[in-house]
Amino acid sequence: MILSGLPLAEQVILTLASLILFTSFLLLAQSRLFGLINTFAWQGVLLFLATIMMAATYDRHHLYISAALTLGLKVFFIPWQLRRMVVRLDIFRQVETVVGGSLLVMIGAGVLVLFSYYVVLPIRELALLSIRNTIAVSLAVILIGMLMIITRRKAVAQVIGFMSMENGLFFSAIVSTSGMPMVVELGVAFDVLVAAILFGIFFFQIRAGIGSLDVDHLNRLREGDQ
Amino acid sequence: MIGWLLAISQALLFLLAAPLMAGWVKWLKCRLQNRKGPPPWQPYRDLAKLFGKEVVLAETASPVFRVAPYMVFSVTALAGSVVPLLTVGLPTSAIADVIVLIGFFALARFFLALAGMDVGTAFGGMGSSREMTISSLAEPALLLAVFTLAMTVASTNLSTVIAHLATEPPQLYPSFIFAALAMALVAVAETGRVPIDNPATHLELTMTHEAMILEYSSRHLALMEWAAMMKLLLYGVLLANLFIPWGVGLTFTPAAVGWGLLAITAKLFFLGIILAVTETSLAKMRLFRVPQYLSLAFILSLIGLLSHVILER
Repeated sequence: MILSGLPLAEQVILTLASLILFTSFLLLAQSRLFGLINTFAWQGVLLFLATIMMAATYDRHHLYISAALTLGLKVFFIPWQLRRMVVRLDIFRQVETVVGGSLLVMIGAGVLVLFSYYVVLPIRELALLSIRNTIAVSLAVILIGMLMIITRRKAVAQVIGFMSMENGLFFSAIVSTSGMPMVVELGVAFDVLVAAILFGIFFFQIRAGIGSLDVDHLNRLREGDQ
Repeated sequence: MIGWLLAISQALLFLLAAPLMAGWVKWLKCRLQNRKGPPPWQPYRDLAKLFGKEVVLAETASPVFRVAPYMVFSVTALAGSVVPLLTVGLPTSAIADVIVLIGFFALARFFLALAGMDVGTAFGGMGSSREMTISSLAEPALLLAVFTLAMTVASTNLSTVIAHLATEPPQLYPSFIFAALAMALVAVAETGRVPIDNPATHLELTMTHEAMILEYSSRHLALMEWAAMMKLLLYGVLLANLFIPWGVGLTFTPAAVGWGLLAITAKLFFLGIILAVTETSLAKMRLFRVPQYLSLAFILSLIGLLSHVILER
């Protein structure tokens, strides 16, 4: 077994990786918006811890900056922003329905995890780090975020799916390479920040336009039958 | 020879300690709810009293109704002899691996459900159908959690698994965290504790276990309740010894067995506290929420299995 040869710090990173995967599944299963936002914030906390662990274990000091950005943006600012928007839109009591039934979506997510495992197998042979298996987990987090965008009807949940996809990308960057170059990382972080603010404006626009945040209404292009 | 002696005394200890565990949890729960509570050895008195009473049978009761308590009790006792309590490597552990153990639970449950339906009261039938619904959802999750352990150690024998985990240096297995959580959720559902069923009352319309044994009296009732207490202890020992295997005796020397006894007592002491605190802080779930609860357990064990395959190899 490979695991028994790993130092404790790497075992902790592996554990954090599996917990991040678990929060992705939780995001899929949540039907309340506040629960969704809180789970997203927890995923950010785990990501922050994983980044700190990577920075400390492999002596990559610039990862501390990424970790601080993760903590500030994904744990505090974006969840706070989303929560504020949900309150202002007065939709915090709504229960979300999942397209295709929640059990089917869960099974789909499990299949996605296996799929990403097999996709990543050849990459694993090339990667140098001993925790390279986490690439499969990060790919699974990205795919599950995409699945969430497909299966949710409401715009807020889709935005959270998008953000969790970005979490997966970030995670794969920190575990597979020595982190992205600082410029790219800062760029992505501020993209996400701007996206969060822009999405907020879009929520209000969508609701003003079609009277609901259910994006299925966008498929109807007729005028005047509201 | 000494192995068999130990095995027999361990099985007896299982029988005798089960009411104490149930009483301990009950006493703690009462203290947490600002009540005085019966002493932890109260279940012994209850059982003794029930054994001394006269049997009252319903007119519509068939022989199945009378056989069921003995079946349930003996199958649960047999399951108790298989699970390592004090030491591993006992001769009885070769009888059954963990899949057969789950089969024992299923057999006991089958007779319990039959007994619930036998007399023909509405309550019994409802209890049986609920029990079967819950267990059909809980069993896959339990099996998956067990497979996670079995894949790590490459054996389904409980003794081998525990011995392997206790001897190797401590590792942080991501998959074990999920397997342990899933197994704890399943244990709560299977032993009929609070978010699923309320063990303290039989005056609730949504009860499960109590509804099935509502028609029993005297020694039949005593055997059924004793079996339920043993099931609680069994799940507690499984959780404690599989996921915190340190302290279990690896040889048959008196010192090892003594340490094993001390360790399992301490583990169950704390497990009882955790159970009592969660039971006090949670409200009973609606019956229609139970599938959601159990699908969480299933997802946990599925992620445990996946993270074993992906991360630990």
